[in-house]
Amino acid sequence: MSAATAEVLNEDCLLRPGNTNCGGCGMSVGLTMLGRALAGERYSLVIPACCGIVTAGAYPTTSYSVPVVASTFASSSAFASGVAAVNALNLGPDGRQAHVICWAGDGGTYDIGMATLSAAAERNENLIYICYDNEIYGNTGGQRSSATPAAARTTTTPHGKAELKKDIIGIMAAHRIPYAATLSIAHPDDFRDKIRRALDIEGFRFFLIHAPCPTGWKTEPAESVELVRLAVRTGVFPLYEVFGGDEFRINARPDGTDPAEYFARQKRFAGQETDTDSLARTARARMERLEKLVQ
Amino acid sequence: MSMQLVTGNHAAGHSMSLAGEANRNARGTVCGIYPITPQTEIVEYVARFPFSRGRVIPVESEHSAMGVCIGASLNGARSFTASSSNGLAYMAENAIVAAFYRLPIVMAAVNRTLGPPWNIWADQGDTLMFRDFAWIQLYCDSNQDVADTALLAFRLAEDPRVLLPVMVCMDAFIVSHTAMEVELATQEQVDRFLPPCTVPHRLDADHPVTVGGMAMPADTLSQRLELDEAMRRVPELLDEHRAQFREVFGRDVCGALESYRTADADRILIASGTVATTLRDVVDDWRGRGEKVGMIRVKMFRPFPGEQIRELCAGAARVGVLDRNYAAATGGIFWQEVRASLQGQDGPFVQGYLTGVGGGDVVPAMVDEVIADLSDRTAAGEPVWKGVEP
Repeated sequence: MSAATAEVLNEDCLLRPGNTNCGGCGMSVGLTMLGRALAGERYSLVIPACCGIVTAGAYPTTSYSVPVVASTFASSSAFASGVAAVNALNLGPDGRQAHVICWAGDGGTYDIGMATLSAAAERNENLIYICYDNEIYGNTGGQRSSATPAAARTTTTPHGKAELKKDIIGIMAAHRIPYAATLSIAHPDDFRDKIRRALDIEGFRFFLIHAPCPTGWKTEPAESVELVRLAVRTGVFPLYEVFGGDEFRINARPDGTDPAEYFARQKRFAGQETDTDSLARTARARMERLEKLVQ
Repeated sequence: MSMQLVTGNHAAGHSMSLAGEANRNARGTVCGIYPITPQTEIVEYVARFPFSRGRVIPVESEHSAMGVCIGASLNGARSFTASSSNGLAYMAENAIVAAFYRLPIVMAAVNRTLGPPWNIWADQGDTLMFRDFAWIQLYCDSNQDVADTALLAFRLAEDPRVLLPVMVCMDAFIVSHTAMEVELATQEQVDRFLPPCTVPHRLDADHPVTVGGMAMPADTLSQRLELDEAMRRVPELLDEHRAQFREVFGRDVCGALESYRTADADRILIASGTVATTLRDVVDDWRGRGEKVGMIRVKMFRPFPGEQIRELCAGAARVGVLDRNYAAATGGIFWQEVRASLQGQDGPFVQGYLTGVGGGDVVPAMVDEVIADLSDRTAAGEPVWKGVEP
């Protein structure tokens, strides 16, 4: 590869080559897709404690090609509110306001950052919040969060988690924010279209990315994309949008594949007591509820 | 300009708001605010202020209030807030970030007892908990001192040779809620006094950097050394900015400390905040009886003016430090700092007195007892608790 080619690649990439992220990391693929969707836009990222900030690498280098602020664990939406408020007072040369995007894991979203996130949504701050959900505290070695699905084994739920995963889109929709949607790295066109759609909306916009973590999920890195595609096909992770908190639109419907197939391919669900039929029933029931909301 | 009868909270809100408005021709002002007794009136004042280029964001916690200030300051705006007591404790994590990111954020802090037990009265334990967070700390003794110090704080914080957050502290109720005659600044004066806020390391899309990522021990050490150097430049720069203050406002504002009748004193009392104003009167009483007593009011706790205190105390035989704060199983925190400053000298011994811990009144009779005790001593002992009911 010539030096010139490398430079072009670097400029196009939000996540530059040379980062040390794990193979099969769903967050990394998500960052690449986000960067492509935002090509040509002016924006900065606010990232709380999570794999996303470790991604930057050690000072003085960074893997990110846009300004990034590391925030404390609970504070990404507060830091971002401050950044966005100043952007609103200082429009760019094109008369437009630069975007501010929070890029946070599920721990920083569902758990420790929940109050801050809820408050920023309630104030309808003009920012985009993206949660890459790997359903565990990945950066600390795989502990349960309130995003961990029932039955999944983690280092702090060695026999499988007893409780259900929080419905974060439901929670955000209840704030009546202008836009909330799920994204899958197995559906890149849908991913790009929804990010582009959000750019034209003012106010608080929330995205949830299903982000496989082979280390924590005990899955094959090469199967990450296939796995989240299966999650969409089985209805375990439906692709949908919520406008204004009450107008639902499903982007990809399950194709009848048995949800048990999704669970069977991950060792985190391989506990002796795991009842994959029950997990499948829960997933189907959730999909049925979602279908009712669309009508 | 006229004198106005206002509370300490009003004085702080007024000065900080005018400072925010003064940045209208730069990147504006953005503040995160959250209420807590007894500072609430400050953030109410700021929330009502009609900024021509600014936004005040009422958030859900002190932690987020400082979070908003950090985001705003990193994006180049002027930023300030206020808090107290357990609110400061809740904010602590982000307050550390503000200093370690070298952000010139100003915070009015009304000193209130940390709970439990729940108590809203004056005690400095809340802000002194920040003593190792690399915040500059200034303890005011009157409403005028609050009004002036809150302006001086922005010059100091935003000085490119400093770039550190500044805390402007005042005693709960004794200053925050008590009305005194104050010469309040006008917008025109503040516009002259404060240059546009420039945060040299603010976010810049043309030069994208990652602020606050991982750093190896050697780089972290360099960052701490830079912090230390910036902190050590403060005393000299403080006086430089005080001279500018005098030029614009035509009056002095107290610097790192104030000494009173210390020149020939054999006994020197040291205090901060409003306790120092009581000391001044008591010193006059004792002087009237021919007793060589003097006092030092420490206004700046970080960086601590230890060298100046050492020089002022060189001729005294006894030093007594009055603390309205307490560190478990040690004593008063100012006392510890003074003792460390005088360590290894052939100078006076340093006796600690815990006065008004938990918000009790420090009345002249109590200070008389302190001076009598200090006069009878030949050496320092354990800190003495005052105001303990039998």
